[in-house]
Amino acid sequence: MQFVLNGKLTDADFDTRTSLLDLVRDHLGLTGSKKGCNQGACGACTILVDGERILSCLALAVQYQGRSITTIEGLASDGALHPLQQAFIEHDGFQCGYCTPGQICSAIGMAQEVKRGLPSNVTHNLLGETIDLSPDELRERMSGNLCRCGAYNGIVAAITEVYGEAAK
Amino acid sequence: MTPFTYSQPGDSTNAVVLGSKQEAKYLGGGTNLVDLMRETLERPAILVDVTGLSSVIEERENGSVLIGAATRNTAVAEHRSIRALYPLLSRAILAGASGQIRNMATVGGNVLQRTRCTYFYDSEGSRCNKRSPGQGCDAMDGFNRIHAILGASSSCVATHPSDMCVALAALDAVVHLRGAHGERMLPFTDLHRLPEDHPEIETRLEPGELITAIELPALPLAVRSTYRKVRDRASYSFALISVAAALELHDNGIVKDVRLALGGVAHKPWRAWKAEAALRGQPATEQNFQSAAMAELSEARPLRDNGFKIELAKRTMTAVLMELMEARA
Repeated sequence: MQFVLNGKLTDADFDTRTSLLDLVRDHLGLTGSKKGCNQGACGACTILVDGERILSCLALAVQYQGRSITTIEGLASDGALHPLQQAFIEHDGFQCGYCTPGQICSAIGMAQEVKRGLPSNVTHNLLGETIDLSPDELRERMSGNLCRCGAYNGIVAAITEVYGEAAK
Repeated sequence: MTPFTYSQPGDSTNAVVLGSKQEAKYLGGGTNLVDLMRETLERPAILVDVTGLSSVIEERENGSVLIGAATRNTAVAEHRSIRALYPLLSRAILAGASGQIRNMATVGGNVLQRTRCTYFYDSEGSRCNKRSPGQGCDAMDGFNRIHAILGASSSCVATHPSDMCVALAALDAVVHLRGAHGERMLPFTDLHRLPEDHPEIETRLEPGELITAIELPALPLAVRSTYRKVRDRASYSFALISVAAALELHDNGIVKDVRLALGGVAHKPWRAWKAEAALRGQPATEQNFQSAAMAELSEARPLRDNGFKIELAKRTMTAVLMELMEARA
């Protein structure tokens, strides 16, 4: 079965029970994506499929044949960190770091959702053309990613620096 | 997880042929089913992936909207016409789960997700009539703060966890089905069952029957509608109580028409027929909203830990109706 993994066409052979998370970690050796709860509660396994954020622990890999998968390992280009990776460092957006790959992939997917005008549970006007990525909007949209160290203030600051204005 | 074969049929006819086999299950985004399989609460031998079937949102000439069952939850909430014509549905979906899960979950899968009763999940330590019929129910006298207050039975007090379904119940939605004997339609409010003596049977679907689409009938009053969810934390948590409501008033302040449904209270999304009947033709006042809510809750039966839900449901229904009334002024 073929996938495009971080831009490279990749072949893999696996049992139908394999999750997308186990595929990238155990079969393809990319251990950046983390297994926190393995039941869709923590967001540590968040990756991007065709640019959309999903939980790889609840995704059966067989369903994603031919799709373009981006993990934390695929974000840097030419040795330069993705701007959001850099911002997480500058704003202390982590302590132990376990949730960080999921936080960053989730925020990149989230920024695309904001850009195209997807409302959230705290968006007052459902019919507005643009979304102002306020702290309330950001926290609501990132609520699927837990951080047990409680680095939320740094996480919010990092995401706001990179996407707070760009989202407008 | 027990082993299974996987197939991805190209149309609903072939899907039903495969899905009608013994021990077959339809697979949507997997956000509930994969978890249940990992816990071995579900053990299908055949998975029929239906995410390649219709994911189109079609606005039809008669004013209705047809949503293909494979449409992702995000796509429904985001659709311009849904946001404009059925805002309670967008709001309900956006109140549920997380961004990642909404991107994966399909409409059909959301409808058929199973209860989050902790005793249902605890296969090694708890009795559950839904998981093992006839075994008994440890939720009944256990920690049952999240459990049902309406329509429960002596065999099951579980609740249906969906937010989207509460909006669909309020909207008079119609479920389009395809089975071995052809197609049929079912009012959404008839799709899910109350537990009675068979909590393991959660819907009126025939074996192998597939949800192909959800139809939202033209419902002009839904333009003024909303969804409010009350839960233990501000986001990413199941409802303790939720209310989907639409309200239409005459110029003199009399209720012309109303739709009300509750989540977090019962084994199925709970359409508040009694409250609606009590409100039609009555002045839209806070007192009448409260009376209507109390009429709906007259048969509520609290368990040890969830008596607060009765008062919370009354207050939330009243508050949502007040919000819709004031939005008009």
